[in-house]
This record gives sequence, structure tokens and C-alpha cells, in this order.
Amino acid sequence: MTRFAVNGRWLEVDVPPDTPLLWVIRDQLRMTGTKFGCGAGLCGACTVHLAKDANTAAEAIFSCQTEVSEVEGKYVTTIEGLSSDNSHPLQKAWIAEQVPQCGYCQSGQIMRAAALLKKSPQPSRDEIVKAMKTNLCRCGTYNRIIAAVERASRGV
Amino acid sequence: MTTRLQNDRAVTRRRFLAGSAGLSFGIAIAGNTVTLFDALAEGTVFQPNAWIEIGTDNTVTLIAPAAEMGQGAFTSLPMLIAEELDADWSKVRIEQAPADKQYGNPLFGGAQVTGGSRGARGYFTPLRLVGAQARQVLLTNVAEQWKVPVSELSTEPNLIVHKASGRSISYGDVAKFAKVPAKLPEVAEADLKPRSQWRLIGKDLPRLDVPSKVNGTAQYGIDIYLPDMLYAAVLRAPVQGEAPDNVDDSGAVKVKGVLKVVPLPFGVAVVAPDYWTAKKGKDELKVTWKKGSKAESYTSGKVLDDYAAIAKDWSHKGVVALQEGDVDKAFKGAAHVITADYRAEHVYHAPMEPMNTTAWVKGDGMVEVWTPTQAPTFVQLAASKVAGTTPDKVLVHSKFLGGGFGRRIEQDITVDATLLSKLMGKPVKVLWSREDDVRNDKYRPATAQHIEAALDQHGKIVGWRWRLVGESIFRRNLPQALEAAKGIDASVIDGHKTIYTIPNQYHDWIEDERGVDVGFWRAVGPGYTTFAIETFMDELAHAAKKDPLAFRLEHIKDARAEKILKTIADMAHWGRRSEGRALGLAYHSYPDVWWTHVAQIAEVSVDKETGRIKVHKIWAAVDPGPTISPANVAYQIEGGAIFGTSAALHERITIVNGEVKQSNFHDYPILRIDEAPAMEVKLLPDANARVGGVGEAGLPPAAPAIANAVRALTGARLRELPLLPERVKAAMKA
Repeated sequence: MTRFAVNGRWLEVDVPPDTPLLWVIRDQLRMTGTKFGCGAGLCGACTVHLAKDANTAAEAIFSCQTEVSEVEGKYVTTIEGLSSDNSHPLQKAWIAEQVPQCGYCQSGQIMRAAALLKKSPQPSRDEIVKAMKTNLCRCGTYNRIIAAVERASRGV
Repeated sequence: MTTRLQNDRAVTRRRFLAGSAGLSFGIAIAGNTVTLFDALAEGTVFQPNAWIEIGTDNTVTLIAPAAEMGQGAFTSLPMLIAEELDADWSKVRIEQAPADKQYGNPLFGGAQVTGGSRGARGYFTPLRLVGAQARQVLLTNVAEQWKVPVSELSTEPNLIVHKASGRSISYGDVAKFAKVPAKLPEVAEADLKPRSQWRLIGKDLPRLDVPSKVNGTAQYGIDIYLPDMLYAAVLRAPVQGEAPDNVDDSGAVKVKGVLKVVPLPFGVAVVAPDYWTAKKGKDELKVTWKKGSKAESYTSGKVLDDYAAIAKDWSHKGVVALQEGDVDKAFKGAAHVITADYRAEHVYHAPMEPMNTTAWVKGDGMVEVWTPTQAPTFVQLAASKVAGTTPDKVLVHSKFLGGGFGRRIEQDITVDATLLSKLMGKPVKVLWSREDDVRNDKYRPATAQHIEAALDQHGKIVGWRWRLVGESIFRRNLPQALEAAKGIDASVIDGHKTIYTIPNQYHDWIEDERGVDVGFWRAVGPGYTTFAIETFMDELAHAAKKDPLAFRLEHIKDARAEKILKTIADMAHWGRRSEGRALGLAYHSYPDVWWTHVAQIAEVSVDKETGRIKVHKIWAAVDPGPTISPANVAYQIEGGAIFGTSAALHERITIVNGEVKQSNFHDYPILRIDEAPAMEVKLLPDANARVGGVGEAGLPPAAPAIANAVRALTGARLRELPLLPERVKAAMKA
């Protein structure tokens, strides 16, 4: 059994310890906002936040590259935990900039951007590009992703 | 605004029946006004309950007939119905159409297919007629109720107004008593609103799918979970066309949780209660494969060498695609003859959502399929064939697509899921790994092109020969289309007809099958034909000692094209010089493809040590005809240009002895954010033109604009896609 918190709720799962966190979140917990893209830490569609305790800043991680045993006792936040009503500044900015096209990568993009803004509330364009480089978007929404992160960081 | 998170009509349908208050329209379009359904249903009209439901609570539910794969069709097509219905957009809800030929696109002969940038084009008039007819039914009902002539009634959004008496009634209240007449009123294009009265078309309404795509609630095919559902992972042959010979499943069955190992005609499936267990089981399989497949002899470089040799050898006979004037005479009298050879390697679709489908073959001959598909009616055909039933017994739940780009017209994944559900007697979700997805794609054809041009002493093009050699897409997936077009595979050679005024032309193509499946890919043909033609135009301009923009303008007699070219030149300050950078121009109209004009200028620099190209910015000027959602059009052009940049710089699939060498994003890199060019898009819509397609048109000019900029900067002539650093270096030395 592995015990960890997802979006503030503690739970236990009974799966082989080497099961990727991604598949626990999706197949066991049935939270489908976190996406499977490559299974190799190359695309970022599976990005979630991980914090070792409630007081530590969360890191953006590839949930497909994280075995569930590694999150024992830790705090995981998924796109569903960002806000319940699209009220997170990044979600608002993503809507204002009409970022998504197919939208499949956007949960991961937003989680990656949220981790960036926690560390650097007003990132430069270069910082944004450097941080977001882990996440692929096949539809080519990159320029609007940058615009949305900038918008959120300005608090508008 | 109401946004439905669940885009599944089959589920929400029950709610409508249960709360049966309200009015449902079946819209029949009779007479000779529309051709929408002529091709579908053997001349019959459309069934009731097709497009519009008006609730007594004044909500209006509209059907989205096309797949939503990022292009905005979930919002823009229902807007067309709403416009003529005079619906209040804030009261509108959208439901995704189930698989049903009555939602087919006339530009696909009525098949329910989303692709080829044909959504807005195909549905623009029919959906407005659908809305207008429903409005007419509402008016007639109110006229009877109030005993006034229909002609005295008018509408405001969701409201019918009788000016003379000052009365008005909401659509929801009309729905409480209205009846659909046995014979529906006929509406014709002449009955539609003039543009000046449009309330919705042309406005940038927010996309209705966007809110669900920023909080994880949007439901894609991969997100389906059913009670008792099983998962399957399928190991396919390393070489296309091979079948499993000896299957050693001793390792797979030892994986805890694996339920069954199933040999299939084209691979071996491992079934388990969850994906990870199925995948672990699949990784433990040891399979040998029966040799003898045609693809075994396929090695990319060798195939392209063959194609290139055939392309320039006119003793080979091709299928003639265009013949005008006296080409031989033009070449005999030419001042200069310029020739060039081009190649394009295979490319992979790389949708972010790997291929997946969930199927449930039930005991009673019914099949349900949950799938992110571009072609629901094709899913019906494929699933019914596998399940041994008829297409009408297949209920398709079309989900959002995590990218389509032509890949999701294909039915291989439907076969996987249906076959395994039939065998297991339970719902089965088949999910391909990224590696499965890369190695079992239906790639864009690898092609060779040869072009010859004759210039007169004034530098005018007087003769043109063009040939393409490659595999056919239609040969495999739409053989009747190839037959009907007498061997011309339009999707493969699209883009070969230019807008340039060239008096004498000969175009042909040679189909050369080598055993590797090829398929539709965003923009298909123009992805490589425009690359060849537009870089060739720059070479001709150079030979004629003319500026590439001026040279093109000298060969254009089309007001829209001239406007686009002059605009793009202004936008990018064509002709300016900056240290270490250069501009490249590409233009192509697609009059016979998408009805959209696009010009792009790319600004690049090149690392002379590595040959690596950096694309700093792309400007795009576009005339797509009238626009439904202008901002979305610009985003599609931008997305297309970035997709095209990705393909131009990085993307290729290499096949050696039938085996695909790439497997994931480390060896099939797609453009990342740090390489994305800045974009500036300007729309110049000709309001009197036809509605053009925009999902693909932004892609083709990117590669030639980049290559032309590299040439302007370094002198290197790039004639092979992708524009890899080693090719750039080699061309700089040449």
C-alpha cells in the first residue's frame, strides 16, 4: 500500500510499487485531467506537482517517470486541484488568451507554468521559455502560452 | 454561457427524452436548394431530431457535426445554425453529433469526415439553411397561434416579435406548443440573412470547449472508463505486413494481473484490468514474425533515390495531371532552362493523444465505440465488419481529439478494440504507447519531385514541367476515389497547380508502391509540393536576376494574390537587411485545394558551424474569404505555420529494411517552445469570395519561406525536407 495526498486528500492505493504515478492517477483514481503523451518524460503532458510536505514548495514533475513508491507520504497536486472553478490566474489567463486548440497538452502546460509562477511570480520571457521547454504542444500554441503566462504574472 | 463538459450526445440524449418537454426539429431540406444530403441517403431527406432542440427553458441545443481536434469546429459550425435560427448564443449548448450520415459533409460526398480543411467550406451554407428552416417553423407556429400573417413576424435572439401588436414570445415558450409540420418549409440561399444582418458570424466568440480544456474536465477518447472495462496493449510487427509466427508468452503471463495473451492477424495483444499491467505484459512478449512482407525491402534512402531517378527520366510515363499549351515548343525556344530535383522524407503525425479506442461488442449484435475520431461513419463501417454486424448497429461516441492531423481518419485502432472486445466479451480500451504510435503511423508519403522551367529573354516563365513520384494514399484507403479520378491521387499531388501565369505546362505523377502505408497528414501534398515550387520560384527569380517578390508579381494576374503579396512585403519590411539574418518569401494560393490564399515571410539565421537554422519570426498574410471566427482563423494559420516549421526543421521517419528507426520524441523531435518563431498574422478576407479552409493552409508556406531565407543568407540551395543541419552545411559548401 502506498499512502499519499492528492489535491489535499490522503489516500492509499494497492498497486505494484513501480507503477508510474500517472497510471495511478488515471486508472486507479480516475482523474483524467493528467494526460499520457509519451511515457518517457519527453512531452510533459503528464505534469503534476509534488511537495514533500505541506510547507515545501511544489516541484513540477513528470508523473509518467515517477514511481508511486516515490510519493509515499507526499503531496501531489493535479490540474483538478489547481482550482475547482477555473479561478486560478493561469486558468483565467488561458481562457482570456484562448490558448488551447486540441487542448490535450494544456493540463501539463498549466501545471508547469503554475510551478514556475510559484518560484518566480514575474518571470521574464526567457525564464518562461526556459521553464516551458519541457512541454510539447503539437498544435503550435506556444506564443499564446507565453502570452498567457505573462498575463497571469501581471495579475490581469 | 453554458458549457457542456460532457461532449457526448448519446448520453445527454437520455436527459432530453426523460424531460421530454420541448421541441425537436428534424430539418429536411428539399428541392434543389442544397446538395448536403443528396449523396448520403439515396435521395431521401434527413431524419427528424437532427440538429436543433429548443427546450421550454429557452435553451437551444445545437449539433456539432464535425470532430473537434483543435480547429474550433465545436464552436464555429454551430454558430452557423445559430445565426439563421437567430438563437441567443448565451442560451446555446453544443452536443457532438453521433455517427450518422445525416451529419455528413457534402464535400466528402456526405461521409461524416473531418479533414481536408473542409468543415467551414462544406457546412457553411447547409447549416445556415438548417437554422433558417427551423426559424421558419417557429414563425409559422406563432403565426397560427396569434392568427397573424408570418410576414408580420420578425425575430430577435431567441425571441419572436409581432411589431404591430407589440407582442413577443421567447423560443422556449414557443417550444411549449409548437409542432413540427409534416412537410417542412423549403428554404433557399436567397432566404438567408444578408451579411449586414449577421449577429454571430464574423465575431470572435470564445470557444466553447476552452473552459473544459484548462481544468482537466474535457473528455478525450483516452478518458473513457466503463464498468468491467479491460485494457489491451498490442505488439505489432516490426515490419508492416508481417504476422506473428512463434509467440512466447511465458514472461507476459507471469506479470501479475495479466488476463490473457491474444495472437492477432497483425500482432499480439495482452489484456489486463489496467493499462500499466497490459503494457508490462506486452513488454515481456517474445515474438518471431513470418517473413515475406513487401515492406521488408523498404529502405527510405534507397526508395527516394529510385523515385528521384524516375522523376527526372521522361521516358517513364506518368498520369497526366495538367496539360496546357505547347510545352516542347516553349522549351525549344527558351533563353534559359532551369531544372531542380526535390525530395521529402516521410513524416509522422505526432498527435499528443496516442491512438486509442474503447469498444464494446455486445451479445445482441450491437456495438458501442468511444473514440477520438475524424470519421465516425468510417468507425461504424470498420467496427461492424469486425463484429459481424451492420453499420447501423454501431453506436459511436465521438470524443474530443488530442490532435488528429489526418491520422484519426484511419481505422486500425477501431479494428484493435472491436476485435479484442469481441474476443473478451467485455468493453476493451486499446491504448497505443507513443512507440506504437510512432512506428505504426500512416506516414505522409515520401516523394521526389522534378521541375523544369523555360524562361524567355525577359525572364518570364514560358514553359513548366512538373513531376512527382511516390506512393498513393487513395490506393489503400479510398481506391474508388483513385479509380474515379483516373489514377490521380489528388491528396498526394495537391498544390502542384500554381497561380502563376505560365502559358505552357505539363504536370504528371507516377504512383510507385513499395509496401509502406501512407496516409493523410496535415496539408498532405502541399506540404512538399509548395516547398518545391516556391523554392524553385526563388531559383528562377535568381536566374532572371529579379527580386523574388517582384518576380512572383510579374507572374500573377489575380487581385487577391497581389494584395496578399504586397501586404506581406509591407508587414515584414521586405528588402531590409540585418546583420546575420535574412528574409525568405513563399506564397501559394490553393484555389483547387482549400480556397485560401496565404503568403509567409520567414526571418532566419544560420549557425555556420553546425548548419542549424533558427527561425526568428514568421509573418503571414491570409485571404480565407469570409471568416466565421476571425481570431480562430489567425490561430489556425499560426498553428499551421509552427507545425510546418517543426516539420521543415526536424521531422522525418526513416525506414531501414522495413523497420521504422524512430520511436519517441527524443528521436522524432517536434518543435519546442524555445524554437517557436514569433508570429504575426494579418487577415485580409475577401467578403465576396467563397469561404476558404484554414486548418492546413498555414503549413505549406513555412518550409519554402525558411529555405528561401537560408538561401538569401548563405546561398545554400535546400531541396530536401527536412532541412537538417548537415544538409544545410553540405549545401553551403556546394
